[in-house]
Amino acid sequence: MNDTRTPTLRAEGLTKVYETGDVPVHALNGVDLALYEAEVAVLLGPSGSGKSTLLNILGGLDRPSGGHVFFHGDELTAFDERDLTSYRREKVGFVFQFYNLIPSLTARENVQIVTEIATDPMDATEALRLVGLEARLDHFPAQLSGGEQQRVAIARAVAKRPKVLLCDEPTGALDSKTGILVLEAIETINREFGTTTALITHNAAIADMGDRVILFGDGRITELRENTERRPPGELVW
Amino acid sequence: MVSPLTKKLLRDLWRLRGQVLAISLVIGAGVAVFVMSMGTLRSLEEIRAAYYERHRFAEVFAQAKRAPERLKTEISRIPGIKRVETRIVEEVILDIEGLAEPATGRLISTPEGRPATLNLLYLREGRSVARAQPDEVVMGEAMMMAHGFRLEDRLQAVINGRKRTLTIIGVGLSPEYVYSIPAGALMPDDKRFGVLWMGREALEAAFDMDGAFNDVALTLQRDADATAVVAALDRLLEPYGGAGAYQRKDQLSHWYLQGEMDQLKTLIVLIPPIFFGVAAFLLNIVLGRLVATEREQIGLLKAFGYTNRDVALQYLKLALALVMVGILVGFGSGAWFGRVVTGFYADFFRFPFLYYRLSTDVFALAAAIGVMVAALGTLGAVRQAVALPPAEAMAPAPPTFYRKTLLEHLILLVHFGEPTRMILRHIIRWPLRSSLTVLGVSLGMALLVGTLFFIDAIDHLMEVYFYRAQRADFVVTLVNPRGPEALHEMARLPGVLSAEPIRIVPAKLRAGHRERRASILGVGPEADLMRLLDEEERPVPMPPEGLALSVKLAEALGVGLGDEVTVQVTEGRRPKRTLHVVAVSESYIGTPAYMGLASLNRLMGEGAVISGANLMVDARHADSLNRRLKDTPAVAAVTVKSAAVESFEKTMAEAMMAIISFYIGFAGAVAFGVVYNSAQVSLSERARELASLRVLGFTRGEVAYILLGELGLMVLFSIPLGGAIGYGLAWFWTVSLDTDLYRIPLVVEPATYGIAVLVVVVAGLISGLLVRRRLDGLNLVEVLKTRE
Ligand SMILES: Nc1ncnc2c1ncn2[C@@H]1O[C@H](COP(=O)(O)OP(=O)(O)OP(=O)(O)O)[C@@H](O)[C@H]1O
Ligand SMILES: [Mg+2]
Repeated sequence: MNDTRTPTLRAEGLTKVYETGDVPVHALNGVDLALYEAEVAVLLGPSGSGKSTLLNILGGLDRPSGGHVFFHGDELTAFDERDLTSYRREKVGFVFQFYNLIPSLTARENVQIVTEIATDPMDATEALRLVGLEARLDHFPAQLSGGEQQRVAIARAVAKRPKVLLCDEPTGALDSKTGILVLEAIETINREFGTTTALITHNAAIADMGDRVILFGDGRITELRENTERRPPGELVW
Repeated sequence: MVSPLTKKLLRDLWRLRGQVLAISLVIGAGVAVFVMSMGTLRSLEEIRAAYYERHRFAEVFAQAKRAPERLKTEISRIPGIKRVETRIVEEVILDIEGLAEPATGRLISTPEGRPATLNLLYLREGRSVARAQPDEVVMGEAMMMAHGFRLEDRLQAVINGRKRTLTIIGVGLSPEYVYSIPAGALMPDDKRFGVLWMGREALEAAFDMDGAFNDVALTLQRDADATAVVAALDRLLEPYGGAGAYQRKDQLSHWYLQGEMDQLKTLIVLIPPIFFGVAAFLLNIVLGRLVATEREQIGLLKAFGYTNRDVALQYLKLALALVMVGILVGFGSGAWFGRVVTGFYADFFRFPFLYYRLSTDVFALAAAIGVMVAALGTLGAVRQAVALPPAEAMAPAPPTFYRKTLLEHLILLVHFGEPTRMILRHIIRWPLRSSLTVLGVSLGMALLVGTLFFIDAIDHLMEVYFYRAQRADFVVTLVNPRGPEALHEMARLPGVLSAEPIRIVPAKLRAGHRERRASILGVGPEADLMRLLDEEERPVPMPPEGLALSVKLAEALGVGLGDEVTVQVTEGRRPKRTLHVVAVSESYIGTPAYMGLASLNRLMGEGAVISGANLMVDARHADSLNRRLKDTPAVAAVTVKSAAVESFEKTMAEAMMAIISFYIGFAGAVAFGVVYNSAQVSLSERARELASLRVLGFTRGEVAYILLGELGLMVLFSIPLGGAIGYGLAWFWTVSLDTDLYRIPLVVEPATYGIAVLVVVVAGLISGLLVRRRLDGLNLVEVLKTRE
């Protein structure tokens, strides 16, 4: 690849072996990958192929068994626990398949929990407005629908104005209409703030909203595809 | 703005309010015991120090038969002495209206018309004795109150063979009689023993002691060598029948008071840690499980960039909040109990004033300990939270891996219904968790057994002392030792069924470098009213030769059967002899030594004399016997067993019961706290699972059965373990509360286990009911919607 864009994140020869069971599981088998400034990369692949594992490593949640990860010039894989923590605190926003809101906090408070510790966050209310939830500020997670909960999770992930937004099957538990609302929120953030975004999905239709599509299989990248143009989420159908 | 984490903390606390309450109760109990005992001890210590100081409590005491007053000058020349006071002290029989038995009065001389030099009287009421009014007395407050006397009341006394009428003109207290108890008695009996201060001249006249004294008290200069003073005093008094000088630590009132304070210290050291331990344990369970259920939230916080420190702090704060509630509860109830207990002490111990003082450092210390408990109880959970890697926390918790273990195969051979299988699987699958719960409930029950045990122990002690060892209905002590004819006279008194001789000789016993003061009791060959007991508490005959020691005395001297003990009698011709220990006898109270009556008399070289008699009395004639004894000049004191038992039950047992009830109450709170807490924890842990079952069509009853069946099974397992730990605790008390005053017998009655089981089962039922109510109110949709 002869790309001239600057990579935000770059992975070299990543491997990950889980030794927990009777047989070691090779979740990643040598992954080389770059995520570029302001792009939307969609990761597609069968279940168990190692997508979440890769994302967790890129987000500084987990460490690889081998290989290197660089964030701009800094080697993530050489960070100690404290550096990783501040990397997550300052640079990364996460969105998970199961929303993972804190049940005892309201929507606004679930966002504030992140803005509290970030250096240059947006206002929690503003972040929730971005995802169209200004009317649900004081609802507890149990009082929100699944799609609404996921949008709170997105507001929470973007409120700190992260450099990188990592979304692991953000629409996995949602119907297509709600899923599109969620994807639109992600797209808006990417456009307005130039956030480097990686998005895992099982849904091939969603691949069209990305700048690039990364196909995953058996712990390695099987194919890289570049979309000539990004299709707005509103036009996606599944 | 309140940070979202703080909000989460507050909401978690509210959600866990049941458990917050349960843990607070336990911590509160520990803090309360601590604040109560420590505060009481402090108050006693401070007040005693001030009282001793202001009222010039003497530091060395000695009694003699009759010493000339000029000896006082010589005594005051002993190096190191500050002040000397000579006195006349005599015991007499009192005939008090409304009291069938004769009472004993200790007459103490006080200078007429001027204050004493040492052991100053505190006059609560009235005035001190005046010159030329020989029948005026100041009465000790204890007896005054026991009989409801008022100033100007009169009573009869047999003084040196003559009956006289005394008039009470004042009510007094003395540092010498904070605890007023006759020599050789077990416990105070203020109705039948009292101190009376009488003019020195009046006493000199009554007892032919003109220009003489029989009791001396001294204070020492700061750097004085007390042992040397005691030795010098002994030398000076020896020709005048000196009975051995002793220091303040051996003074009866002080010795008891000190013993009581030492016990309080032991309580402070022993009981609160047990409560704190249980509380820390509960905290551990609650927080451990909270961390387990919140592992995703913890991972989330870490994924957002919260540091391990932030996460640890969050749970520490939660624990601290829990503990703070407990500390506040403990402060309140501890101060209140302290006041009540100090009130009891004020009944035993006669101080001019006794109050429970709240001192800030006691509270500060209690709070510090509480915080330490919080830290300790949180440590495991926090470490667990910190160790959670963010990525792992993000993955949904894998379903619990159930597998058929061998044990399970065996148990499930029996055909159980599916819900019962779920209960058993759950217990087997979490063996550590299940055993911790069982252990927690057991500890609650053990605390109950371990506190209720004191009641059994006191009952047993009474039974052994009064009905197996000291079986006389009346114990008569003579003014002076007399010949064997005195025994025959007593045997012929009305109602006396049998009479056995008593000989009591004061002595110092020495083995190696250890020395103890003790009374040697002469035991007749066929003694049946005072018996030695072996370690199984069975009566054994006293060997005719040699020395028998009470268990405690043998321990104090570090001797056993066959060892040699040097006996230095401190009365009469003061013979000194080395004897072999031929028996060790169980006597839970006091530290007596025994010898065969004949060999004791040979040792003394005074012929077959007795100093009193044990009488078995026909209760129907007790009244006429009492009347005769009241009028017998040779009688110095009479102890009536039924009265002693009654007074024990009225005073000591009542107060002790009240204090023990506090502990029992606390223990009950712990038992309830643990059971309730376990039920709550399993509810919150299994809410999703149980809600899913409801969705699948299980009824409320079936779901409740799964949860409560497990709780019931845990409680069932806890019962034998709790009994065993409780017994261990009782054993521990007997070992650690072993003082010179008494030893505590290790007896736990079945009823004690029964009550403890009942409390635990009732606690289980109430907790079950409360949990059942929450279970019924479970909002299925909400539980299933949020992933906790
Ligand atoms: N903590 C773990 N311990 C052991 N094996 C693990 C662990 N986490 C993941 N794996 C294994 O690693 C492999 C990759 O898992 P990963 O979660 O990355 O897959 P995925 O592509 O995200 O799948 P899905 O689309 O189903 O989410 C799988 O085989 C999985 O079983
Ligand atoms: Mg995945």
